[in-house]
Amino acid sequence: MVGGDAAAVEVRDVVVRYGGTTAVGGVSLTLPRGRVLALLGHNGAGKTSLLQVCEGFRRPDDGVARVLGLDPVGDHDALMPRLGIMLQSGGVYPWATAGEILRLFASFAANPLDTDMLLDRLGLRKFERTRFRRLSGGEQQRLSLAVALVGRPELVFLDEPTAGMDTEARHTTWQLIEELRTDGVSVLLTTHLLDEAERLADDVVIMRSGEVAATGTPAELTSAAAIEVLELRADPGLDLSGLGSRWTAAEPASGQYTISGALDTAGLAEILAWFASVGADVTAVNTRRRTLEDVYLSLTATQTPVGATK
Amino acid sequence: MTAARSSLTWWKQSTIRCMEAIEVTGLRKTYGGRDAVAGIDLVVARGEIFSLLGPNGAGKTTTVEILEGHRRRTAGDVRVLGEDPGRAGSAWRARIGIVLQDADDAADLTVHEMVRHIAGFYPEARKADEVIELVGLSEKRNSKIRTLSGGQRRRVDVALGIVGRPELLFLDEPTTGFDPEARRQFWDLIRTLAADGTTIVLTTHYLDEAEALADRLAVVAEGRIVAEGTPATLGGRAAAEARVSWTENGTARTEQVPDPTDLIRRLLADGVDLTTLTITRPTLEDTYLSLIGATR
Amino acid sequence: MIAVSLSRGHVELLQFLRDRTAVVFTFFFPALLLLLFGTIFGSESTDQGVAVSRVFTASMIAYGILNTAFVTMGAGLAMDREDGTLKRLRGTPMPASAYLIGKGLLVLGLSVAEAAVLIGVGVLVFDMPLPDAAHWLTFGWIFLLSVFACSTLGIAVSALVKNARNAGAILNVPVVALQFVSGVFIHPMSQLPDWLEKVASIFPVRWMAQGFRYVFLPDGAQTQEIGGAWNLGTVAMVLGVWCVIGLILCLVTFRWSSRDR
Repeated sequence: MVGGDAAAVEVRDVVVRYGGTTAVGGVSLTLPRGRVLALLGHNGAGKTSLLQVCEGFRRPDDGVARVLGLDPVGDHDALMPRLGIMLQSGGVYPWATAGEILRLFASFAANPLDTDMLLDRLGLRKFERTRFRRLSGGEQQRLSLAVALVGRPELVFLDEPTAGMDTEARHTTWQLIEELRTDGVSVLLTTHLLDEAERLADDVVIMRSGEVAATGTPAELTSAAAIEVLELRADPGLDLSGLGSRWTAAEPASGQYTISGALDTAGLAEILAWFASVGADVTAVNTRRRTLEDVYLSLTATQTPVGATK
Repeated sequence: MTAARSSLTWWKQSTIRCMEAIEVTGLRKTYGGRDAVAGIDLVVARGEIFSLLGPNGAGKTTTVEILEGHRRRTAGDVRVLGEDPGRAGSAWRARIGIVLQDADDAADLTVHEMVRHIAGFYPEARKADEVIELVGLSEKRNSKIRTLSGGQRRRVDVALGIVGRPELLFLDEPTTGFDPEARRQFWDLIRTLAADGTTIVLTTHYLDEAEALADRLAVVAEGRIVAEGTPATLGGRAAAEARVSWTENGTARTEQVPDPTDLIRRLLADGVDLTTLTITRPTLEDTYLSLIGATR
Repeated sequence: MIAVSLSRGHVELLQFLRDRTAVVFTFFFPALLLLLFGTIFGSESTDQGVAVSRVFTASMIAYGILNTAFVTMGAGLAMDREDGTLKRLRGTPMPASAYLIGKGLLVLGLSVAEAAVLIGVGVLVFDMPLPDAAHWLTFGWIFLLSVFACSTLGIAVSALVKNARNAGAILNVPVVALQFVSGVFIHPMSQLPDWLEKVASIFPVRWMAQGFRYVFLPDGAQTQEIGGAWNLGTVAMVLGVWCVIGLILCLVTFRWSSRDR
């Protein structure tokens, strides 16, 4: 079979332009088989345009995109049955019931998943006979996910898969996505929820203004070089100048101290020793590492998107 | 206004200001035999940011709609800004602001036209341009609402909710679909409003949002409040054990202790490299999930 | 309250004018029909020597009002329920009556403009002479009663419309049907079987058209009407009753949202 060893998604220097605006200005990324890639970026960063190229709805103005080894636009018909695409908004028959819609899409597939099982997994059983337009946003979202998965795709495109879902539904969906990965399905997802990306993604690509601003695994990006913030509870009102200038210390609330800076073992020891030396009884200690969210915000904070009207 | 009337007004206003923003006792809402809300008591103080959490269908939305005066209750006592929302008139309405979540209206009006239109309903409205600037849409002032992105549309919704200078603002899942910076900007806006004295009732599914904004929160499940507290203390979170992990001699080690201070001192004394140290307490999300899970 | 209603009226007008499709279909459609009918039957005259195109012009004003008052009100309200307009307004101090009055102002303005367009077509294309002051006065009250009745009925009927997208189509069913049986498209009404004539006469359209024909046609033309006379008294009575019915219905059926509370 063509492209048997090919990456799930291979994008090389893709450019997408709308009239005079460049939405995607030379982006490359690779999603290996059986992995989850999270595409992050502010609205208007070019994520949607890039996805459209990968899903075969747009031809890139420059560069090459290959999905499962095939050309998503040229080999669209051959590719479609192997893909699952989760749309952000509706696009389904509003008057049909959830069950009818899922069974309809199941009927398009050669070897669909059991629709009842899918409905159960996504907590949609009790909405089986409810018309689509009467479903809440989160329920519609879950149905879109079911529709994307019912055909047993090899590669799934998920656009903000848990938007509008409540916390439990979000966790159930995450479990489902993790199971997909275990089954060998490749997943390309976009999200604004960085805890979602941190939890699910094997690889993360952060886009900014049509370009790749950073890429790597969540661990690489958050690079655990040092603990960043140390939170302590001790006797209130201590004079923190004694701690020295290596760290920034503050007392945001009475008796609660935050100390930040490059905190390595020696530093931690020094800090605890200092507290002991002033006779302060340290009753609680907490450390906070850099999260993916911190990384993301520092990368995107200074720039306002160029010409973004999205 | 005569001296007598004006001092009466002053007295009334100061009394009103002493009351809680919201007082609910024994709230019930029944739909044909089923209790959507099965006895909720809650108090929201003036000027605080209060977050209501809970799964979809748990009664959260129904409760908020009753507080907004858009739904009749079956039983219970409700006082919002001192009045019963079921019977309150337009003067009360002018003190409340509601930020809608999924409306598509006024698509053909420009941002400024719509904000100014709604401002006209309120006796003490802000200036339209001031509010548009506050939500960061100044450059879209003359654009038709139809042309705005989802996130920008939401900002218009916020503008329309605050233009009347409300004392109490209801926000329903306000940052759904926002990217992380937009969320943070929104949080700043809410904090600014709260600092001005506005009481805010926020429903959200994002626990980090609740943690960032709320002074107090309550979890609603199956029509009842199952937990109430501050983000730090909800569900006994503060007292929960900490999980300490580190790497010693190449092996990953974990211990669960109520207070990690002594453990850390011991590790330091043993000369363990603490750069691999992580101390995690249950996040608000973990706490929330275990609260909800316990009700099943 | 006045300021608020005017503000609503202003906003309704802005939104209407910016919706190109609405403007074309609400406004120009009746005029187009008039041009068609008038041209097709242009050479014909009634027994009294009145050009048939003149008869159509007068009768079409009834259709015009049904379009601008009944359909616009009904479809507009159904749409506002669905797209969140009412939900938003409900959360403001604006009273429900201001909303309805605002829409009423839109409808009144559109109806006046519509009538002007139709009369304009009649005068410029079909050489219809304009009536004298006394007839204009009669036109005034018939026009106002018609607009009020059709608007309130439109509000009432919108409660039946489940899906705003189809509102126009649904509302046009009774509208078009009535044009055929109330002497607008088919005149004189005596061509209809007796029972149909009686049923149709319950509804206001027949009487609206009859009234407008009184205004714009010479007196002799009344022989074409059922009973051989203008029957203005009955016109006033039927329209008045429908105004009351419409008002009661719309006060009873007005809902902020389509879901029950």
